[in-house]
Amino acid sequence: MAELLASKAMGTSLRRVDGVAKVRGTAPYAFDHPVENPVYLFPVQATIARGTVSWIDTAEAEAVAGVIAVLTHLNAPRLARSDDAEYAVLQGPGIGFRGQFIAAVLAETGEIACHAAGLVAVGYDIAVHDASFTAGHPGQYTPGQVNGGAVPDTAAGDVEAALAEAAVVLDQTYTTPAGHNNPMEPHSTVAAWEGDSLVLYDSTQGVHAVRQTLAPLFGIAPENIQVAAPNVGGGFGSKGLPHAHVVLAVMAAQCSNGRPVKFALTRQQMFSLAGYRTPTVQHVRLGADGAGRLTAISHEVVELTSRIKEFAEQTAVPARMMYAAPNRRTSHRLVPLDVPVPSWMRAPGECPGMFGLETAMDELAEACGLDPLELRARNEPDLDPETGKPFSSRHLLECFTTGAGRFGWDRRSAVPGGRLEDGWRVGIGAASATYPFYRNPGNAARIAYGGDGTYTVQIGAADLGTGSWTVLAQIAADALDCPLEAVRLEIGDTSLPVASVAGGSSGTASWGGTIIAAADAFRKEHGDRPPAGAATQAAAPEDPEAGRYALHSFGAQFAEVRVHADTGELRVSRMLGVFSAGRIINPRTARSQFIGGMTMGIGMALHEAGIMDPRFGLVVNHDLADYHIPANADVGDVDAIWLEEVDLHAGALGARGIGEIGITGAAAAIANAAYNATGIRIRELPLTAEKFLS
Amino acid sequence: MRPFDYQQAPDATAAVATVARRPGAMFLGGGTNLVDLMKLGVATPELLVDVSRLPLDTVAELPDGRVRIGAAVPNSDLAAHPLILQRYPVLSQALLSGASGQLRNLATTGGNLLQRTRCPYFQDASLPCNKREPGSGCPARGGYSRNHAILGASDSCVAVHPSDMAVALAALDATVVILGPGGERTLPLTELHRLPGAEPERDTVLAHGELVTAVDLPPGSHRRSAYRKVRDRASFAFALVSVAAVVELADDGGTIAGVRIALGGVAHKPWRAERAEELLRGAQPTETNFGRAAAAELDAAVALAGNAFKIPLAANAMVAVLRDLTGRGGNG
Repeated sequence: MAELLASKAMGTSLRRVDGVAKVRGTAPYAFDHPVENPVYLFPVQATIARGTVSWIDTAEAEAVAGVIAVLTHLNAPRLARSDDAEYAVLQGPGIGFRGQFIAAVLAETGEIACHAAGLVAVGYDIAVHDASFTAGHPGQYTPGQVNGGAVPDTAAGDVEAALAEAAVVLDQTYTTPAGHNNPMEPHSTVAAWEGDSLVLYDSTQGVHAVRQTLAPLFGIAPENIQVAAPNVGGGFGSKGLPHAHVVLAVMAAQCSNGRPVKFALTRQQMFSLAGYRTPTVQHVRLGADGAGRLTAISHEVVELTSRIKEFAEQTAVPARMMYAAPNRRTSHRLVPLDVPVPSWMRAPGECPGMFGLETAMDELAEACGLDPLELRARNEPDLDPETGKPFSSRHLLECFTTGAGRFGWDRRSAVPGGRLEDGWRVGIGAASATYPFYRNPGNAARIAYGGDGTYTVQIGAADLGTGSWTVLAQIAADALDCPLEAVRLEIGDTSLPVASVAGGSSGTASWGGTIIAAADAFRKEHGDRPPAGAATQAAAPEDPEAGRYALHSFGAQFAEVRVHADTGELRVSRMLGVFSAGRIINPRTARSQFIGGMTMGIGMALHEAGIMDPRFGLVVNHDLADYHIPANADVGDVDAIWLEEVDLHAGALGARGIGEIGITGAAAAIANAAYNATGIRIRELPLTAEKFLS
Repeated sequence: MRPFDYQQAPDATAAVATVARRPGAMFLGGGTNLVDLMKLGVATPELLVDVSRLPLDTVAELPDGRVRIGAAVPNSDLAAHPLILQRYPVLSQALLSGASGQLRNLATTGGNLLQRTRCPYFQDASLPCNKREPGSGCPARGGYSRNHAILGASDSCVAVHPSDMAVALAALDATVVILGPGGERTLPLTELHRLPGAEPERDTVLAHGELVTAVDLPPGSHRRSAYRKVRDRASFAFALVSVAAVVELADDGGTIAGVRIALGGVAHKPWRAERAEELLRGAQPTETNFGRAAAAELDAAVALAGNAFKIPLAANAMVAVLRDLTGRGGNG
């Protein structure tokens, strides 16, 4: 195992170093960056779901005072590559989904551009489209792999035989609707060409990923693209890779007489252009013996992808490692539709998949006459059931035990519907949470000594609002064994050493591990009293033991809900998450990540559902008035704690990721609590009032 | 957004004259709905006449005991006004259940009444909608209809009126004061909004250029009144169903002397539950009678594919509000 870095600055609840600037509104986000003489872009979107543009008339738009150019597939610059249909913006007349870019107006102001965009007239050759997602869809197919690289299907033992012989069988179908990432900051890009070089301010989870994606599209060397993203107002996966709007902005900046182009998606546009979580239909079958020990786990998933670009959410993957059972099967099938391109949304795979599995476990517990926590205890595996490897650190049951006492699990009525208070039915539920540990390769960090006692620490990482500016400085201080004040951290720019994307909860471990390696190399090269100007760059170390263990974080999530006896309205009064995630670098920002994930889980449980109208291929509730996320009043007492631990097999940092696990058990815990409150088992999210109306 | 002209009206008469002679002109109050609709390309006025700064911003008792609310009074101020809190608690509750604090600070009394439906098909200019583009069709029927009407809808439109405030005003028998090019007229609030019929593009009976200048509340105390809003999230959400009720019990407490009920989230207008009122007047305040009245009112309800739940939900909400207001319903 790697030698663990000792904690001094790490482990303290340092306030966000960027907090004051953000509260004062002086921290620049992508669109805020002042550029000289900018041009504003507003797009025209397809109003059919499939077909081709047969004619397009831009004359009226071009005649508007202040309009600089109108781009269509007829006059847009050609990309060097157009094999990725999402990125092949304005490269032809074809339309693969409603909302696709078919033109763009560049104008002196955003208002003029928006007005003129409405004056672009379009004719279509309409093709028959299919935007109806059903589990029985005849077009479904097996993807080559699912997101994250896992195989789509797995099988061990004989599930059918085990189910036939099981003392208790649970066989149910669970569904989750489409979820839409709605970071507070919309997707925004400022693009400028300076000769053959491109300069971008982009709202992204990874500046280097933007550079690497755009370089082949525009046929230029990656070094000729500079991307800056000092502050990002949330991403939740939707800014993990560039979407079509970045390509459009860069292309437009080739047609703006050298002027920079500013482009921010509207909230409505985000629903078709920023990625989203596929709806899922999950058939879960569990078999257990008389003592509640699982003999079979089967998790079969049908979900959608866009026809023009595949995305396969790894929904059944967590069922491969959560519980011990000799007979196991998982599968993923994709229904290709003429819909916007789905993508990453906080905890892809684990988030919808754990809703199905953990609701099923709650149902199985009742069928077995067991407390739901006891059922989990009886099915705790010794080794990762999928790989046979030992877990680096698996403390799921300890999380449950700690949480049960703190939350008051003993107050849970064993009989559903047993607690009525002031017209509200009150219930308590729990669910497991999990998220794998990812470290991304290809990171490097540079450390330079200023001669004045300060160290400049550089890595092209991103801070999505999660606290990277703060925690990476803490890690650097301990890695260099210097005071926190001596660290000058620089992140969020491609002029800095290459860094992986802030995704898969991998950022802190990947970047932090690299900073530690660079600090080691710096000290080896320059010693404890380096000369002014001493500098060292180093890549992340190989972890020789990384393949020997199954590395996952775990958590126990508890919820108390109140369901109104007259109206069925459901409110979450209390939530507790107890997590095991390795070393916690900064308790303040970590807690914020955990409770943020849990709060987003309230949204998933109670509110969030993208409503596809298949006649139009359109998400009709495409704004925040209709697509609800929790308001403050929906968030009661939400608390998160963690086990004090360090993962001895997760590198010198000993920390696993924390950005996503908070959402993975939340919806099931709430649905299980709702069942405990009412005796009504809801297997289709979200948990809206009509489902509890008696 | 289409370019437009903007002017501040010097007084109400001038505002009315300006708008009346320009077919493309509209009044601007707080702008919390109209400006959104302009950004979406749903509203395309050529001229906005700003009436939010006219001296119509007071709440005052009239000599005959009525209370007059100026059309420019912000929702926040109205909800917190002592006269409203003391005499018309149902109105304060309704206002505070609507929108968010920031929106209520801007939204005006007149603008609240005249806000437009939040039907998603209406709000997306790329889709057909009879209300936005007469004759183009109604995709909500046969589409996403969870939030749509169960009462008084037509083949051409199933939209609901989104206001909470207007539901309380309907239950309070409020009167709307209207200034037009030909002078002033008054109208019961329940007659301001229309059912969609074959002309869903017309939300109200107002003619172009007519301006709501005030809302009058009847005299007396209406303390036994309440507003119950059932919604998907605990704040900042439109009603699935809402109930405003004003009840008077007979002196002996054994019967209902007077009752006025209005429903929100169910129709193209605040829905005055006259059938229910009729059954309850003079009746004993029992759970059975409440349920019978609610059932009678909803007898005419017609569900769409996505909103059948609203019928039992509205019935349950009515019963719950009446139970709470009368302190009865436990037996009989």
